[in-house]
Amino acid sequence: MTAPLQRPKRKNPVVKTRHPTLPPWTRSRVALGMTAAAAEGRFELQRCEQCATVQYPPREACCRCLSEELPWVEIDGLGDLISQTTLLHSHDLYFRERVPWRLGMVRLDAGPTVVVHLHGDVTAPPARVRVACKLDKAGMAVLVGFPQEDVPNMADDRQLREFTCDPKFRRVFVTDGKTATGQAVVRALAAAGAELIWVGHAEPWKRVPGLVDLQALPQVTLLPLDVTDPRSIKEVASQVGPKVDILVNTAEYHRAYGISTRAGTDIARMEMDVNYLGLLRLAQEFGPVMKARGADGQSSAVAWVNLLSIFALSNFPAHGTYSASKAAALSLAQCLRAEMKPAGVRVINVFPGPIDDEWNQLLPPPKLSPQAVANAIVAALRDGLEDVYPGDVAQEWRTRLKESAKGFERELAAGSGT
Amino acid sequence: MTSRRRADYRGVAVAVPVTIPYVRYSTKSAHWWIARALAGLLEGAGISKADVDGVCVSGFLLFPDTAVGLMQHLGVTPRWLDHIPMGGNSGVVALRRAARAVQAGDAEVVACLAGDTNHVDSFRQTVASFSQFARDAVYPYGSGGPNASFAFLTDYVMRTTGITREDYGKLCVAQRTNALSFPHALFKKPLTLGEYLSARPIAEPLHLFDCVMPCAGAEAFLVTTEERAKSWSLPFARILGTIERHNAYPEDPIQYRGGWAMDRDDLYAQAGVGPEDMDLVQVYDDYPVISAMQLEDLGFCPKGEAQAFIRSHTFNNEGSFPLNTSGGQLSVGQAGAAGGYLGLVEALRQLTGRPLGVAVPDAEHALVSGFGMINYDRGLCSGAAVLSRGSVA
Repeated sequence: MTAPLQRPKRKNPVVKTRHPTLPPWTRSRVALGMTAAAAEGRFELQRCEQCATVQYPPREACCRCLSEELPWVEIDGLGDLISQTTLLHSHDLYFRERVPWRLGMVRLDAGPTVVVHLHGDVTAPPARVRVACKLDKAGMAVLVGFPQEDVPNMADDRQLREFTCDPKFRRVFVTDGKTATGQAVVRALAAAGAELIWVGHAEPWKRVPGLVDLQALPQVTLLPLDVTDPRSIKEVASQVGPKVDILVNTAEYHRAYGISTRAGTDIARMEMDVNYLGLLRLAQEFGPVMKARGADGQSSAVAWVNLLSIFALSNFPAHGTYSASKAAALSLAQCLRAEMKPAGVRVINVFPGPIDDEWNQLLPPPKLSPQAVANAIVAALRDGLEDVYPGDVAQEWRTRLKESAKGFERELAAGSGT
Repeated sequence: MTSRRRADYRGVAVAVPVTIPYVRYSTKSAHWWIARALAGLLEGAGISKADVDGVCVSGFLLFPDTAVGLMQHLGVTPRWLDHIPMGGNSGVVALRRAARAVQAGDAEVVACLAGDTNHVDSFRQTVASFSQFARDAVYPYGSGGPNASFAFLTDYVMRTTGITREDYGKLCVAQRTNALSFPHALFKKPLTLGEYLSARPIAEPLHLFDCVMPCAGAEAFLVTTEERAKSWSLPFARILGTIERHNAYPEDPIQYRGGWAMDRDDLYAQAGVGPEDMDLVQVYDDYPVISAMQLEDLGFCPKGEAQAFIRSHTFNNEGSFPLNTSGGQLSVGQAGAAGGYLGLVEALRQLTGRPLGVAVPDAEHALVSGFGMINYDRGLCSGAAVLSRGSVA
């Protein structure tokens, strides 16, 4: 049984911090279909449209009937462990530093045999297992074999933690604790076992409901931070930057209206200043130091979470300039993801539908409670996801965008969308 | 499906076994090794480049060249050329391709060459980019290379048939004994069962002496007509039958049997002799689990009963079942694609009365088996040939 994770000891200052290494990341183009699904937490394989054969590894043609129609479908992952090994030698630097490493061969009920990273709680073969698809440190899809039924401390498995970003015993920086969502995120992280939580708050002279209560949490330290002020960010980064394992950027500026319903560019400029340039400033100060700690023992830097919006994917005219600033932030987040990849630090983008706060007062339900957004963020960290679409509105947007992005644009222009 | 009777290999001679002494690491390229093999072949046959009108080449590390570029590199102008990228099955396949070319008259003197180098980091690079499936679905899982793939199989076979590490160890120890008299083997010290069992684990249940050691080396042989061989006074062997198969039993969840099981009846029917008639056997031995699988699938014992077979035989050159008589890859070393030639070249030496080590007494018939290309979860190529003594030195 997995031993429960222990609070990490203080870092020995004499020991050199290891350089981050990555598992092999080269994949064929067709195999990236698995990564697309794994980024959202699904295990998908190709299933032939003609003969229904499920195949693996991914191919360019059906291995049974040669059809080229090979849609990706979700697989339940149940199967039989037919063989196992534990590697004590590896050709690759990343695994060489991590042996012993347990692997299994699983015959999926869906058909194919798959090689998997094997969770320590799976009993020796023959055994029933549940295979899931995770992103590894290189951001690539890999299959992991789990015990069929959950067991205690499962998340603490040494190998599994290479694929997840569980906040337990980790030190987290939440950039804005003044919003309802920011406060919910802090509480959820505290409940998830975060070791320390630094919470930024702009304009500290303004008394905001709830902030004082947050301060009562033993993990929490408030830090004055204004993401529009480079000096403020630099100051905070110099204080806590080298200790941050997970950064959650909750800072956002949100006003309603589009182009003609508002005069001037002051509001739009503020939205860009916080939502886009704020992310850029944070990334410039915290990115390099987190990258340097990608392999810093049990609690190395693991994740950077961006609170975006489903409006980043297509403009919601009623909140038009806000949508534009979130689209800009999304584009920058992709750049950040590419730059954090060599360190194995995961960039998680969260795309909630309208949150039930004062800035969405005039939008009809369903609206997401701040708590639901916070829970989605913690779940994404625990499951090691990369893109998260919490709530019914976000899910519907995803589906309609996939079905017809242009058609959906027309519907949004006509006032639909939420 | 096949209604036409398969032609036999009458009139074909296989001659001039060449081994270029192996080294653990080499700063030379694969081209160098294959060039040495060709030079050795010409010298051994007492002929010149101009006498060679067919060439067949195997080598993993020729990239970016193929056999074509190698011809200019070596200054050879053949009228028949083949490049066989089948790893451990290359020798058997080269033999059957070359034999048909000679029979058909497309070529008369075919040089079959295999060689690879081993730089300090080349094995890792080969494993990392071995195939699309390996890159997508194997290498990211611990990057153990073939050790991990065969660990899965060994774990499965041990659990389902009861065969033990001691049984596998008996094969490895006997091969080491055979290697001690073979001058080109890289392993020169005797191996005891105790040393085998207590060696450091590599990928459970595989330990150090279950795994071949990558090295550099080259092998070659000549395929021509009996008339030519006789006119040049070359001792030769005859081909009684051959088989090859690719991607056998794709529905099997794990590779507990290979293509030999599909084709062995065909092999022995062509040969007119059976497994009981073999005086020596050269199986492809990258791991002992694969050696044992070939003994079963080629009909030396029933499926799943390799354990009893191993326990009832001795595998030295003078034993009851001479197996991998030069020590096999496990004791000589695995020189890339040349590993697929090693058994065939050794069988030729034994059948033509020119062994470099201990001779197998009265060697009349030999079976040579090949296996190669772990593309994803299994080796895709299998093949075998039955050879008989033609004319002896």
